[in-house]
Amino acid sequence: MTPLRSLIATALAAGLASAAAAQDAGDNIAVAYEEDGRYFTADDIPTYNVAEDGTVDWLTFSGFRRYHSECHVCHGPDGEGSTYAPALKKSAVEMDYYDFYSVVVNGRENGNSVMPHFGDNRNVMCYLDDIYVYLKARGMDAVPRGRPAKKEAKADAIQEDENDCMG
Amino acid sequence: MRKLPLLTSGIALCVATMASANDDLMTQMDDPKQWAIQTGDYANQRYSELDQINADNVGDLQVAWTFSTGVLRGHEGSPLVIGDTMYVHTPFPNIVYALDLADEGKIKWKYEPRQDPEVIPVMCCDTVNRGVAYADGKIFLHQADTKVVALNADTGAVEWEAVNGDPSKGETNTATVLPVKDKIIVGISGGEFGVQGHVTAYDMKTGEQVWRAYSVGPDDQILFDPEKTTALGEPVGADSSLKSWEGDQWKIGGGTTWGWYSADMEENLFYYGSGNPSTWNPAQRPGDNKWSMTIFARDIDTGEAKWVYQMTPHDEWDYDGVNEMILTDQEIDGEARKLLTHFDRNGLGYTMDRVSGELLVAEKFDPVVNWTTGVDMDPESDTYGRPAVVAQYSTEQNGEDVNSTGICPAALGTKDQQPSAYSPKTEMFYVPTNHVCMDYEPFRVAYTAGQPYVGATLAMYPAPDSHGGMGNFIAWDNINGEIKWSIPEKFSVWSGALATAGDIVFYGTLEGHLKAVHAETGEELYRFKTPSGIIGNVMTYERDGKQYVGILSGVGGWAGIGLAAGLTNPNDGLGAVGGYAALSDYTALGGQLTVFALPN
Ligand code: HEC
Repeated sequence: MTPLRSLIATALAAGLASAAAAQDAGDNIAVAYEEDGRYFTADDIPTYNVAEDGTVDWLTFSGFRRYHSECHVCHGPDGEGSTYAPALKKSAVEMDYYDFYSVVVNGRENGNSVMPHFGDNRNVMCYLDDIYVYLKARGMDAVPRGRPAKKEAKADAIQEDENDCMG
Repeated sequence: MRKLPLLTSGIALCVATMASANDDLMTQMDDPKQWAIQTGDYANQRYSELDQINADNVGDLQVAWTFSTGVLRGHEGSPLVIGDTMYVHTPFPNIVYALDLADEGKIKWKYEPRQDPEVIPVMCCDTVNRGVAYADGKIFLHQADTKVVALNADTGAVEWEAVNGDPSKGETNTATVLPVKDKIIVGISGGEFGVQGHVTAYDMKTGEQVWRAYSVGPDDQILFDPEKTTALGEPVGADSSLKSWEGDQWKIGGGTTWGWYSADMEENLFYYGSGNPSTWNPAQRPGDNKWSMTIFARDIDTGEAKWVYQMTPHDEWDYDGVNEMILTDQEIDGEARKLLTHFDRNGLGYTMDRVSGELLVAEKFDPVVNWTTGVDMDPESDTYGRPAVVAQYSTEQNGEDVNSTGICPAALGTKDQQPSAYSPKTEMFYVPTNHVCMDYEPFRVAYTAGQPYVGATLAMYPAPDSHGGMGNFIAWDNINGEIKWSIPEKFSVWSGALATAGDIVFYGTLEGHLKAVHAETGEELYRFKTPSGIIGNVMTYERDGKQYVGILSGVGGWAGIGLAAGLTNPNDGLGAVGGYAALSDYTALGGQLTVFALPN
């Protein structure tokens, strides 16, 4: 296991038990607060924000881009699923955030159906919240298929996080 | 005229010293009752002399027998028929079945390799395999994990194994192999993982590596002779590849070799194309990125390149150059020419002199192709042989983090690997095509060994302002560079075509139809809906005086992934969502061989 991957895996394991329990009880979608251009539920789970005029938050837009770079070759366009892999727009709504994270970090094997592990891939890990909120927005039909037409500006804090993460 | 006798005796000599292994395969290939190689013959014409099934009676075709492969993934390639045995392969886990045609298709032997499932996730876009090859009493399988296996054709026993690549670096395989002379020539996949593409020859008897030629890198790795290897008639000079890259990017530079291979025994050359330079973000790899996106003519014995032609210098759209090279002998202006015809992902149909590498024709084989205004055909020009790129559709000129919209064709190309057929009777090529356009936004990515290295976001949709479908099946005149007729299809045509002396052309559709059309007119003569979408290639053989036509069904591959849920055009604005056909409304996973014949 590379350092990056094991780091994330440990962090996940630590946070998992308590947060997962909390999440079941609460609303996994509704925005409770915003911080530096990122939106969260009451349980501190990342979520999307779509304004009345259709403007999406930066992460949702970025998630659209990253999803269609890293995931669509197996999961199909717009999180719709394919002949090869499940529709992630459903998974993102139905799965616990931490389970979702853990599948992407560690991969999953089910006979000859294999989800790769992306734990040591910065092009995925630095944008996984983005991909997650985008897919959740798709699953709730909060954004239509295709490229979101209008987006919030990228917050400085998000840019800084990205620079730190991508190295 | 003087030279001719000398030349022929030279050929005779070289034929005589050729391994007998190859004589066996040549005999099998020459017999139209067999289907001895995936590509129909070394020329990749996919043409059969059989004419029992013909334009007059193909409408009566019936299912003769079927076989389930037991695997539910994209089934590319086709079975082989050698003597009494049919060899059927599957996608991962790459099972091979030998079926006894003399005993109602009873399974004579089955080979199932043990492969690490870790290879599955490094195979971009489904775990397809384009079939086994035969020569010298052996069946050659190139597995997903890049192991090349020689099996005894009678028993299925392993005769030798060779490991061609390293899946932990993203090196995998989807292609068949080329058995030629005393060698097995094999390619590699992994362009989306920063693999340095190569072709490798193994000894047919022992599996020992004979030579390896990379697509990108220093001259001794790409097996170029700076003085002798030519591009459009001129020697390429020293470091022709290295000079076209910045820094060490070539080491993860792509140019993979997962397409079809053809061979001209007279010239002792084999032909193939290389794939995209990696990453998909052109800003990260300044230069022409030679020799990605290139047609190669290499010596069969030494691997040395005789000539090259780079179709898409500095790719900005993922237009891999791996599609088949079809070899024909035709007349141009009354002169007999040895030609090579290639339908590239970039939407241009190329006709070249396969001996000299001279470019004769480069024309769009789908009128919607818009990224280029055409190729400079003036030998005196500085940009001779280069396509003129339209600025509006240049993802390089528009820059990183800019979404370039309305580019035709999409990354999957006007045509992908699905092979075309050629009929010497009509002198037409029958080409399965995609009719899909895209938006493409490149951005910066980091390289991690064994992880995808893509760097662009894509949205694909049916060609706007056209018939609304995502494919066409066309007939092409390679001398004049013209479409003769075009059949609109709802989905991309992802199945390999077969042309026969019965004046018919067969192909499959993603909905699952096997179709037969008239070779002259394209008129539909027959269709039958098989259990799953077709991305396999149509083949034919004869047994006990009866002609059969076989096709593998099993939807998947790039097409199954991209089209399962249907496409939407983001530029249509809201409201058009779901406006295009979804493959999942027509077909589901499968894995079946269907064999057709005329009623008794
Ligand atoms: C090489 C193909 C491939 C790629 C690329 C890929 N996946 Fe997967 N993924 C799969 C397959 C196959 C499964 C189903 C595994 C199984 O059957 O358990 C899967 C399952 C999943 C699941 C579990 C879904 C569920 O409902 O249980 C999640 C979450 C997931 N993938 C996220 C992603 C994300 C995010 C990306 C992009 C960063 C991605 N995948 C890229 C093949 C892929």
